[in-house]
Amino acid sequence: MALFQSLIELADDHLVLGHRLSEWCGHAPMLEEDLALSNFALDVIGTARALYAYAAEVEGKGRSEDDLAYLRSEREYLNCLLVERVNGDFAHTMLRQFYFATLMELFWQAAMSSDDEMIAGIAGKAVKEMAYHIRHAGEWIVRLGDGTDESGKRMQAAVTALHPYWEEMFAANECDVLPDRVALRSDWESSVKSVFNEAGLEWPKPVYGQVGGRVGEHSEVLGRMLSDMQYLQRAHPGATW
Amino acid sequence: MNLIDEAWAVAAMVPDPEVPCVTVAELGILREIVMDGDIVVAKVTPTYSGCPAVQFIENAVSDALRDAGYQARIERVISPAWTTDWITDEGREKLRAYGIAPPAKASNSKRALFGETTVACPRCASEDTEKLSEFGSTPCKAHYRCKACLEPFDYFKCI
Repeated sequence: MALFQSLIELADDHLVLGHRLSEWCGHAPMLEEDLALSNFALDVIGTARALYAYAAEVEGKGRSEDDLAYLRSEREYLNCLLVERVNGDFAHTMLRQFYFATLMELFWQAAMSSDDEMIAGIAGKAVKEMAYHIRHAGEWIVRLGDGTDESGKRMQAAVTALHPYWEEMFAANECDVLPDRVALRSDWESSVKSVFNEAGLEWPKPVYGQVGGRVGEHSEVLGRMLSDMQYLQRAHPGATW
Repeated sequence: MNLIDEAWAVAAMVPDPEVPCVTVAELGILREIVMDGDIVVAKVTPTYSGCPAVQFIENAVSDALRDAGYQARIERVISPAWTTDWITDEGREKLRAYGIAPPAKASNSKRALFGETTVACPRCASEDTEKLSEFGSTPCKAHYRCKACLEPFDYFKCI
Protein backbone atom coordinates (compact mmCIF):
# COMPACT_ATOMS: atom_id res chain seq x y z
CA MET A 1 0.00 0.00 0.00
CA ALA A 2 2.97 2.30 0.64
CA LEU A 3 3.85 2.04 -3.05
CA PHE A 4 0.30 2.75 -4.22
CA GLN A 5 0.06 5.81 -1.98
CA SER A 6 3.47 7.13 -3.08
CA LEU A 7 2.55 6.66 -6.75
CA ILE A 8 -0.71 8.53 -6.24
CA GLU A 9 1.11 11.40 -4.51
CA LEU A 10 3.49 11.67 -7.44
CA ALA A 11 0.83 11.25 -10.11
CA ASP A 12 -1.40 13.87 -8.46
CA ASP A 13 1.51 16.33 -8.30
CA HIS A 14 2.00 15.93 -12.04
CA LEU A 15 -1.64 16.00 -13.09
CA VAL A 16 -2.59 19.00 -10.96
CA LEU A 17 0.43 20.96 -12.14
CA GLY A 18 -0.27 19.88 -15.73
CA HIS A 19 -3.83 21.15 -15.48
CA ARG A 20 -2.67 24.47 -14.04
CA LEU A 21 -0.15 24.85 -16.89
CA SER A 22 -2.78 24.02 -19.47
CA GLU A 23 -4.91 26.89 -18.11
CA TRP A 24 -2.34 29.19 -19.74
CA CYS A 25 -3.09 27.79 -23.19
CA GLY A 26 -4.17 30.72 -25.37
CA HIS A 27 -3.40 33.25 -22.61
CA ALA A 28 0.39 33.46 -22.52
CA PRO A 29 2.02 36.83 -23.31
CA MET A 30 3.50 35.58 -26.59
CA LEU A 31 3.27 32.60 -28.88
CA GLU A 32 6.56 31.07 -27.80
CA GLU A 33 5.44 30.99 -24.19
CA ASP A 34 2.06 29.63 -25.13
CA LEU A 35 3.83 26.72 -26.84
CA ALA A 36 6.31 26.33 -23.99
CA LEU A 37 3.62 26.13 -21.31
CA SER A 38 1.52 23.72 -23.37
CA ASN A 39 4.61 21.56 -23.90
CA PHE A 40 5.33 21.63 -20.17
CA ALA A 41 1.75 20.59 -19.52
CA LEU A 42 2.03 17.70 -21.99
CA ASP A 43 5.23 16.48 -20.36
CA VAL A 44 3.86 16.36 -16.85
CA ILE A 45 0.45 14.99 -17.85
CA GLY A 46 2.26 12.27 -19.81
CA THR A 47 4.25 11.35 -16.70
CA ALA A 48 1.05 11.45 -14.64
CA ARG A 49 -0.57 8.95 -17.03
CA ALA A 50 2.30 6.51 -16.68
CA LEU A 51 2.18 6.86 -12.88
CA TYR A 52 -1.62 6.42 -12.66
CA ALA A 53 -1.50 3.40 -14.95
CA TYR A 54 1.14 1.80 -12.75
CA ALA A 55 -0.71 2.77 -9.55
CA ALA A 56 -3.87 1.14 -10.92
CA GLU A 57 -1.94 -2.03 -11.67
CA VAL A 58 -0.35 -2.06 -8.20
CA GLU A 59 -3.74 -1.53 -6.56
CA GLY A 60 -5.26 -4.38 -8.56
CA LYS A 61 -8.87 -3.38 -8.03
CA GLY A 62 -9.71 -2.89 -11.66
CA ARG A 63 -9.53 0.89 -11.60
CA SER A 64 -8.04 2.57 -14.68
CA GLU A 65 -5.79 5.62 -14.99
CA ASP A 66 -8.89 7.61 -15.96
CA ASP A 67 -10.81 6.43 -12.88
CA LEU A 68 -7.95 7.62 -10.70
CA ALA A 69 -7.74 11.00 -12.42
CA TYR A 70 -11.41 11.80 -12.90
CA LEU A 71 -13.36 9.96 -10.24
CA ARG A 72 -11.56 10.82 -7.03
CA SER A 73 -12.70 13.74 -4.92
CA GLU A 74 -10.63 16.59 -3.60
CA ARG A 75 -10.00 14.87 -0.23
CA GLU A 76 -8.64 11.83 -2.07
CA TYR A 77 -6.09 13.90 -4.01
CA LEU A 78 -2.65 13.70 -2.39
CA ASN A 79 -0.67 16.32 -4.32
CA CYS A 80 1.49 18.81 -2.49
CA LEU A 81 0.01 22.27 -2.04
CA LEU A 82 2.62 23.97 -4.23
CA VAL A 83 1.30 22.52 -7.49
CA GLU A 84 -2.32 23.54 -6.90
CA ARG A 85 -1.41 27.22 -6.38
CA VAL A 86 -3.22 29.40 -8.89
CA ASN A 87 -1.17 30.60 -11.85
CA GLY A 88 -1.05 34.21 -10.68
CA ASP A 89 1.29 36.30 -12.80
CA PHE A 90 4.15 34.95 -14.89
CA ALA A 91 6.54 35.21 -11.94
CA HIS A 92 4.35 32.87 -9.86
CA THR A 93 3.89 30.36 -12.68
CA MET A 94 7.57 30.21 -13.57
CA LEU A 95 8.76 30.03 -9.97
CA ARG A 96 6.31 27.20 -9.22
CA GLN A 97 7.60 25.38 -12.29
CA PHE A 98 11.21 25.98 -11.39
CA TYR A 99 10.74 24.68 -7.83
CA PHE A 100 8.91 21.59 -9.03
CA ALA A 101 11.23 20.74 -11.93
CA THR A 102 14.36 21.24 -9.82
CA LEU A 103 12.97 18.85 -7.21
CA MET A 104 11.79 16.29 -9.74
CA GLU A 105 15.03 16.32 -11.70
CA LEU A 106 16.86 15.30 -8.50
CA PHE A 107 14.10 12.85 -7.61
CA TRP A 108 14.03 11.10 -11.00
CA GLN A 109 17.79 11.08 -11.20
CA ALA A 110 17.85 9.07 -7.98
CA ALA A 111 14.85 6.96 -9.06
CA MET A 112 16.61 5.80 -12.22
CA SER A 113 18.49 3.26 -10.12
CA SER A 114 15.32 2.04 -8.37
CA ASP A 115 14.89 -1.72 -8.03
CA ASP A 116 11.41 -1.25 -9.44
CA GLU A 117 11.79 -1.51 -13.21
CA MET A 118 8.66 0.49 -14.01
CA ILE A 119 9.74 3.38 -11.78
CA ALA A 120 13.24 3.36 -13.25
CA GLY A 121 11.67 3.48 -16.74
CA ILE A 122 9.37 6.40 -15.96
CA ALA A 123 12.31 8.20 -14.29
CA GLY A 124 14.54 7.73 -17.34
CA LYS A 125 12.06 9.59 -19.54
CA ALA A 126 11.03 12.26 -17.06
CA VAL A 127 14.51 13.28 -16.00
CA LYS A 128 15.40 14.53 -19.49
CA GLU A 129 12.18 16.53 -19.72
CA MET A 130 12.74 18.16 -16.34
CA ALA A 131 16.11 19.45 -17.54
CA TYR A 132 14.30 21.52 -20.19
CA HIS A 133 11.79 22.83 -17.67
CA ILE A 134 14.52 23.92 -15.25
CA ARG A 135 16.38 25.72 -17.99
CA HIS A 136 13.39 27.54 -19.42
CA ALA A 137 11.80 28.50 -16.09
CA GLY A 138 15.22 29.40 -14.65
CA GLU A 139 15.85 31.81 -17.52
CA TRP A 140 12.57 33.56 -16.76
CA ILE A 141 13.41 33.89 -13.08
CA VAL A 142 16.69 35.60 -13.96
CA ARG A 143 15.08 37.75 -16.64
CA LEU A 144 12.29 38.93 -14.34
CA GLY A 145 14.31 39.12 -11.12
CA ASP A 146 17.11 41.07 -12.79
CA GLY A 147 14.80 43.03 -15.11
CA THR A 148 12.88 46.22 -14.37
CA ASP A 149 11.93 47.48 -10.91
CA GLU A 150 8.42 46.20 -11.47
CA SER A 151 9.45 42.73 -12.70
CA GLY A 152 11.98 42.38 -9.86
CA LYS A 153 9.32 43.32 -7.29
CA ARG A 154 6.89 40.79 -8.74
CA MET A 155 9.47 38.06 -8.81
CA GLN A 156 10.39 38.73 -5.20
CA ALA A 157 6.67 38.74 -4.32
CA ALA A 158 6.35 35.29 -5.89
CA VAL A 159 9.29 34.05 -3.81
CA THR A 160 7.54 35.24 -0.66
CA ALA A 161 4.18 33.82 -1.71
CA LEU A 162 5.45 30.32 -2.51
CA HIS A 163 7.87 29.99 0.38
CA PRO A 164 5.37 28.44 2.86
CA TYR A 165 5.06 25.44 0.50
CA TRP A 166 8.68 24.36 0.63
CA GLU A 167 8.37 22.31 3.77
CA GLU A 168 5.76 19.97 2.35
CA MET A 169 7.79 19.36 -0.80
CA PHE A 170 10.44 17.71 1.32
CA ALA A 171 8.20 15.77 3.70
CA ALA A 172 9.40 12.21 4.27
CA ASN A 173 7.97 9.53 2.00
CA GLU A 174 8.33 5.96 3.05
CA CYS A 175 8.63 3.68 0.08
CA ASP A 176 11.52 1.33 -0.58
CA VAL A 177 11.63 1.80 -4.32
CA LEU A 178 11.41 5.60 -4.41
CA PRO A 179 13.98 8.21 -3.34
CA ASP A 180 13.42 9.98 -0.04
CA ARG A 181 12.67 13.64 -0.71
CA VAL A 182 14.19 14.71 2.63
CA ALA A 183 17.62 13.80 1.33
CA LEU A 184 17.19 15.98 -1.78
CA ARG A 185 16.63 19.25 0.04
CA SER A 186 20.20 20.52 0.33
CA ASP A 187 20.94 19.93 -3.37
CA TRP A 188 17.64 21.56 -4.25
CA GLU A 189 18.37 24.61 -2.12
CA SER A 190 21.82 25.10 -3.61
CA SER A 191 20.41 24.94 -7.18
CA VAL A 192 17.70 27.43 -6.29
CA LYS A 193 20.19 29.66 -4.51
CA SER A 194 22.49 29.93 -7.52
CA VAL A 195 19.59 31.05 -9.74
CA PHE A 196 18.37 33.50 -7.08
CA ASN A 197 21.87 34.99 -6.87
CA GLU A 198 21.98 35.46 -10.61
CA ALA A 199 18.51 36.98 -10.54
CA GLY A 200 19.34 39.31 -7.64
CA LEU A 201 16.57 37.82 -5.52
CA GLU A 202 16.64 37.72 -1.74
CA TRP A 203 16.66 34.35 -0.07
CA PRO A 204 13.36 34.09 1.83
CA LYS A 205 13.28 34.23 5.62
CA PRO A 206 12.03 31.13 7.44
CA VAL A 207 8.25 30.92 7.66
CA TYR A 208 5.70 28.53 9.08
CA GLY A 209 5.24 25.75 6.52
CA GLN A 210 1.84 25.01 5.04
CA VAL A 211 1.19 21.29 4.85
CA GLY A 212 -1.82 19.02 4.38
CA GLY A 213 -1.84 18.08 0.71
CA ARG A 214 -0.37 14.63 1.33
CA VAL A 215 -3.28 13.75 3.61
CA GLY A 216 -5.92 15.26 1.35
CA GLU A 217 -6.28 18.58 3.17
CA HIS A 218 -6.11 21.11 0.37
CA SER A 219 -6.62 24.80 -0.12
CA GLU A 220 -9.91 26.01 -1.55
CA VAL A 221 -8.46 26.39 -5.05
CA LEU A 222 -8.04 22.65 -5.71
CA GLY A 223 -11.77 21.94 -5.46
CA ARG A 224 -12.51 24.58 -8.08
CA MET A 225 -9.84 23.19 -10.35
CA LEU A 226 -11.15 19.63 -10.05
CA SER A 227 -14.73 20.70 -10.69
CA ASP A 228 -13.51 22.09 -13.99
CA MET A 229 -11.15 19.21 -14.83
CA GLN A 230 -13.57 16.43 -13.90
CA TYR A 231 -16.74 18.03 -15.24
CA LEU A 232 -17.19 15.77 -18.25
CA GLN A 233 -16.81 12.46 -16.42
CA ARG A 234 -19.01 13.66 -13.57
CA ALA A 235 -21.76 14.92 -15.87
CA HIS A 236 -21.57 12.05 -18.34
CA PRO A 237 -20.15 9.05 -16.46
CA GLY A 238 -18.20 6.69 -18.67
CA ALA A 239 -18.09 9.07 -21.65
CA THR A 240 -15.41 8.12 -24.17
CA TRP A 241 -14.02 9.69 -27.32
CA MET B 1 12.13 -14.70 -44.30
CA ASN B 2 10.70 -15.88 -41.03
CA LEU B 3 7.47 -14.64 -39.52
CA ILE B 4 9.10 -12.10 -37.22
CA ASP B 5 11.06 -10.48 -40.07
CA GLU B 6 7.93 -10.39 -42.24
CA ALA B 7 5.87 -8.81 -39.48
CA TRP B 8 8.67 -6.32 -38.81
CA ALA B 9 8.70 -5.33 -42.48
CA VAL B 10 4.97 -4.61 -42.32
CA ALA B 11 5.08 -2.63 -39.04
CA ALA B 12 8.24 -0.78 -40.05
CA MET B 13 6.45 0.82 -43.03
CA VAL B 14 4.03 2.78 -40.84
CA PRO B 15 4.74 6.51 -41.18
CA ASP B 16 4.94 8.79 -38.16
CA PRO B 17 1.66 10.76 -38.03
CA GLU B 18 3.32 14.10 -37.31
CA VAL B 19 6.43 13.67 -39.43
CA PRO B 20 5.11 11.47 -42.25
CA CYS B 21 8.38 11.52 -44.21
CA VAL B 22 9.88 8.98 -41.80
CA THR B 23 8.61 5.64 -40.56
CA VAL B 24 8.22 4.49 -36.99
CA ALA B 25 11.19 2.16 -37.51
CA GLU B 26 13.43 4.96 -38.78
CA LEU B 27 12.52 7.05 -35.74
CA GLY B 28 13.38 4.19 -33.41
CA ILE B 29 9.85 4.12 -31.99
CA LEU B 30 9.22 0.55 -33.15
CA ARG B 31 11.59 -1.41 -30.93
CA GLU B 32 10.99 -5.07 -31.49
CA ILE B 33 8.63 -7.72 -32.77
CA VAL B 34 8.20 -10.89 -30.73
CA MET B 35 5.77 -13.80 -30.99
CA ASP B 36 3.37 -14.75 -28.21
CA GLY B 37 2.04 -18.04 -29.59
CA ASP B 38 0.28 -17.00 -32.82
CA ILE B 39 0.09 -13.38 -31.83
CA VAL B 40 2.52 -10.81 -33.18
CA VAL B 41 3.56 -8.49 -30.37
CA ALA B 42 4.94 -5.13 -31.52
CA LYS B 43 6.92 -3.25 -28.88
CA VAL B 44 6.57 0.48 -29.25
CA THR B 45 8.15 3.26 -27.18
CA PRO B 46 6.92 6.85 -26.78
CA THR B 47 9.24 9.73 -27.70
CA TYR B 48 8.14 12.20 -25.03
CA SER B 49 6.03 11.19 -22.00
CA GLY B 50 3.21 13.39 -23.17
CA CYS B 51 3.48 12.88 -26.92
CA PRO B 52 -0.13 13.03 -28.12
CA ALA B 53 0.70 10.78 -31.07
CA VAL B 54 1.51 7.72 -28.93
CA GLN B 55 -1.97 6.21 -29.08
CA PHE B 56 -2.30 7.07 -32.75
CA ILE B 57 0.99 5.37 -33.60
CA GLU B 58 0.06 2.27 -31.62
CA ASN B 59 -3.26 2.02 -33.45
CA ALA B 60 -1.60 2.54 -36.82
CA VAL B 61 0.96 -0.22 -36.21
CA SER B 62 -1.73 -2.55 -34.95
CA ASP B 63 -3.97 -1.79 -37.97
CA ALA B 64 -1.10 -2.37 -40.40
CA LEU B 65 -0.35 -5.77 -38.89
CA ARG B 66 -4.01 -6.79 -38.87
CA ASP B 67 -4.48 -5.65 -42.47
CA ALA B 68 -1.57 -7.92 -43.40
CA GLY B 69 -3.39 -10.82 -41.81
CA TYR B 70 -1.66 -11.08 -38.45
CA GLN B 71 -3.18 -11.32 -35.04
CA ALA B 72 -1.49 -8.43 -33.35
CA ARG B 73 -0.99 -6.84 -29.98
CA ILE B 74 0.91 -3.67 -29.05
CA GLU B 75 3.07 -3.44 -25.98
CA ARG B 76 4.25 -0.05 -24.77
CA VAL B 77 7.78 -0.14 -23.42
CA ILE B 78 9.28 2.85 -21.63
CA SER B 79 12.65 1.48 -20.61
CA PRO B 80 15.26 2.14 -21.83
CA ALA B 81 13.99 5.65 -22.53
CA TRP B 82 13.79 6.67 -26.18
CA THR B 83 16.61 8.85 -27.41
CA THR B 84 17.09 10.72 -30.66
CA ASP B 85 20.26 8.64 -31.11
CA TRP B 86 17.96 5.81 -32.20
CA ILE B 87 16.89 7.70 -35.32
CA THR B 88 18.58 5.88 -38.19
CA ASP B 89 20.96 7.57 -40.61
CA GLU B 90 18.40 7.11 -43.35
CA GLY B 91 15.74 8.66 -41.12
CA ARG B 92 17.96 11.65 -40.41
CA GLU B 93 18.57 12.19 -44.11
CA LYS B 94 14.82 12.01 -44.82
CA LEU B 95 14.14 14.56 -42.07
CA ARG B 96 16.66 16.93 -43.61
CA ALA B 97 15.16 16.50 -47.08
CA TYR B 98 11.71 17.20 -45.57
CA GLY B 99 12.99 20.50 -44.12
CA ILE B 100 13.52 19.42 -40.50
CA ALA B 101 17.06 19.68 -39.14
CA PRO B 102 17.89 16.29 -37.60
CA PRO B 103 18.96 16.12 -33.93
CA ALA B 104 22.58 16.33 -32.88
CA LYS B 105 24.07 12.94 -32.07
CA ALA B 106 25.11 11.81 -28.60
CA SER B 107 22.09 12.93 -26.61
CA ASN B 108 23.79 12.08 -23.34
CA SER B 109 26.13 15.04 -23.66
CA LYS B 110 24.90 18.08 -21.76
CA ARG B 111 26.01 20.38 -24.57
CA ALA B 112 23.68 18.74 -27.06
CA LEU B 113 20.79 18.53 -24.59
CA PHE B 114 21.11 22.20 -23.80
CA GLY B 115 21.20 23.28 -27.39
CA GLU B 116 24.78 24.49 -27.52
CA THR B 117 25.59 22.62 -30.70
CA THR B 118 25.38 24.22 -34.10
CA VAL B 119 22.29 23.39 -36.11
CA ALA B 120 22.74 23.45 -39.86
CA CYS B 121 19.94 24.79 -42.04
CA PRO B 122 18.22 21.84 -43.75
CA ARG B 123 17.69 23.96 -46.86
CA CYS B 124 21.05 25.63 -47.58
CA ALA B 125 23.28 23.79 -45.07
CA SER B 126 24.57 27.06 -43.57
CA GLU B 127 25.54 26.85 -39.91
CA ASP B 128 24.71 30.51 -39.40
CA THR B 129 21.37 29.83 -37.73
CA GLU B 130 19.60 31.09 -34.62
CA LYS B 131 17.07 29.58 -32.25
CA LEU B 132 13.74 31.40 -32.25
CA SER B 133 11.96 29.21 -29.74
CA GLU B 134 12.86 26.22 -27.64
CA PHE B 135 9.37 24.91 -28.31
CA GLY B 136 7.97 24.25 -31.74
CA SER B 137 5.01 22.70 -33.49
CA THR B 138 5.29 19.39 -31.61
CA PRO B 139 6.91 18.46 -28.27
CA CYS B 140 9.92 17.03 -30.09
CA LYS B 141 10.81 20.14 -32.10
CA ALA B 142 12.32 23.59 -31.60
CA HIS B 143 12.01 26.53 -33.96
CA TYR B 144 15.05 27.99 -35.76
CA ARG B 145 15.86 30.52 -38.46
CA CYS B 146 18.65 30.43 -41.00
CA LYS B 147 20.48 33.75 -41.19
CA ALA B 148 22.00 32.87 -44.58
CA CYS B 149 18.88 31.96 -46.60
CA LEU B 150 16.46 33.59 -44.12
CA GLU B 151 14.14 30.57 -44.01
CA PRO B 152 12.62 29.46 -40.71
CA PHE B 153 12.81 25.74 -40.00
CA ASP B 154 12.09 23.09 -37.39
CA TYR B 155 14.88 21.41 -35.46
CA PHE B 156 14.26 17.92 -34.07
CA LYS B 157 15.40 18.40 -30.47
CA CYS B 158 18.07 16.21 -29.08
CA ILE B 159 16.91 14.14 -26.13
